[in-house]
Amino acid sequence: MNEKLSQDDVRKVARLARLSFTESELEKYASHLNGILAYMDKLNELNTDGVEPTSHSVSMDTLFREDVPAPSLSREEGLKNAPERREGFVKVPRILDEH
Amino acid sequence: MKELCSLTLSEAREKLVNREIGAEELTQAHLERIAAVDPKLNSYVLVTPERALSDARESEKRLAAGGAAVRPLEGCPIALKDIFVTKGIRSTAASKILHNFIPPYEGTPSKKLAEAGSVLLGKLNMDEFAMGSSNENSAFGPCRNPWDTERTPGGSSGGSAAAVAAGLCLASLGTDTGGSIRQPASLCGVVGLRPTYGRVSRYGVIAFASSLDQVGPFARTVTDAAHVLKAIAGHDERDSTSVDAPVPDYPALLHGELKGRRIGVPKEYFVEGLDPEVEGSVRRCIAAMEKEGAEIVEISLPHTEYAIACYYIIAPSEASSNLARYDGVRYGLREYGEGGLEQMYVASRSQGFGAEVKRRIMLGTYCLSAGYYDAYYLKAQKVRTLIAQDFRRAFEKVDVIATPTTPTTAFKIGEKTDDPLQMYLSDIYTVPTNLGMICGISLPCGADSKGLPIGLQFLGRPFGEAELLDIAYGYEQTLGFRGKPVI
Repeated sequence: MNEKLSQDDVRKVARLARLSFTESELEKYASHLNGILAYMDKLNELNTDGVEPTSHSVSMDTLFREDVPAPSLSREEGLKNAPERREGFVKVPRILDEH
Repeated sequence: MKELCSLTLSEAREKLVNREIGAEELTQAHLERIAAVDPKLNSYVLVTPERALSDARESEKRLAAGGAAVRPLEGCPIALKDIFVTKGIRSTAASKILHNFIPPYEGTPSKKLAEAGSVLLGKLNMDEFAMGSSNENSAFGPCRNPWDTERTPGGSSGGSAAAVAAGLCLASLGTDTGGSIRQPASLCGVVGLRPTYGRVSRYGVIAFASSLDQVGPFARTVTDAAHVLKAIAGHDERDSTSVDAPVPDYPALLHGELKGRRIGVPKEYFVEGLDPEVEGSVRRCIAAMEKEGAEIVEISLPHTEYAIACYYIIAPSEASSNLARYDGVRYGLREYGEGGLEQMYVASRSQGFGAEVKRRIMLGTYCLSAGYYDAYYLKAQKVRTLIAQDFRRAFEKVDVIATPTTPTTAFKIGEKTDDPLQMYLSDIYTVPTNLGMICGISLPCGADSKGLPIGLQFLGRPFGEAELLDIAYGYEQTLGFRGKPVI
């Protein structure tokens, strides 16, 4: 079978998607993804030269509304679901080095 | 009197308005039935008794006042797929990554249902982020089919279908990205309507594939589905894809006349893989409609066989983008990994998402990655145009299209979990609707030799819900299947 994705490719895609897998998971995902992608090749039976891609599900122009301020969530409500917070902000692990 | 939980929504409403039954009594009966029956089904992921009883008391007051105070769905107990964001009520999309998410705002569909006077019983089970066709991909465990608890209710809105079938709510809401309303409706023997993209606002509906997702009702009759659609349809300035078109009075437009209706039967939907019992039942239904005066027209939708490949490129691609927001920063599960911010993203996502969601994120990320975009996503969007064209041409000749909803009746739990492609192929008759931007409904039309329900699907023109419902109503009134599961 013509494998499109090696385990290494799967590792690269996982990095792009911010996901990590064990070696045995990588193997399983590579096999499933290759099976699915082989099935997708069916689309190449169709000549789509000159066919416009569907880009919008409903034909419409960009909608604008008046730029009028309206009530929104308070800071307290907005932060209620934050896993960690400090002084009215969301706290995350250190991004920058100290020096 | 007929048992309270077996009333249709329309019957219940009439009895409420005539003061034959009380809203609290009706709600209490449903809460008791959920407590008694749902341990066998797992259709609810959260029951909200306090909210339900408080809604019911409010309804009671308006019913007592009578007249204009009484709202369209007054006192009717309903439930929501857990993909709908409900203010102050945990909303998880059946994912561990949202296990503790208590939304600070209310989405539009649930808000409109509440404003219509309905009573919220709780949140319903589903495949994680609506990705699945069997409700087996849920962080809360699988939901079971009330007709046979060894079998799946279908998915992704499995809980929404099972709860309506088992008398655990009068109606429910689900979402349909590739068949997630119609497929479980078919497998559970209830009515499931997927409106046209743009008909119902998706504000506050957790996103899966944004060019395909749409909200719709489950109910035990076509009339009930029409009432719920009327309550939720319409433009919403908070969803720019919701279309600013008048909402017809769907229930008032149900006449049920099949005579002279042109019903298309696409030959591509009756091919290998279709269970002979399902085919037999659907063909008998079509023949019966012809006897009632409908004109049956054989049609062709030549690109049908490409729909699954097309869909499983577009939907995962859009999902991989939509689900990028789950990073453990502002809400949901946070895991720290090995210390840094990036490690936190990776650890939160890897531990928070289930296997099928990760598979689709991987597939979508690959299809959108540099060098592959043209070969996959762009190609699929072109094929999508061809599929939409097939429908446009067909609707020049016919008013609706009749097909089976699913190739088989309900399958067993565990039967397809090891083979994702086999699972994907169970959506073969529903996926083209979403790609073609039309509307569709599934309704029960019979049972197979195991006693499992079979679904008949009608497809209608874009924004042709009134006509679609009317033809489905015509079928239901003269020929419909009225079996109920014993549970």
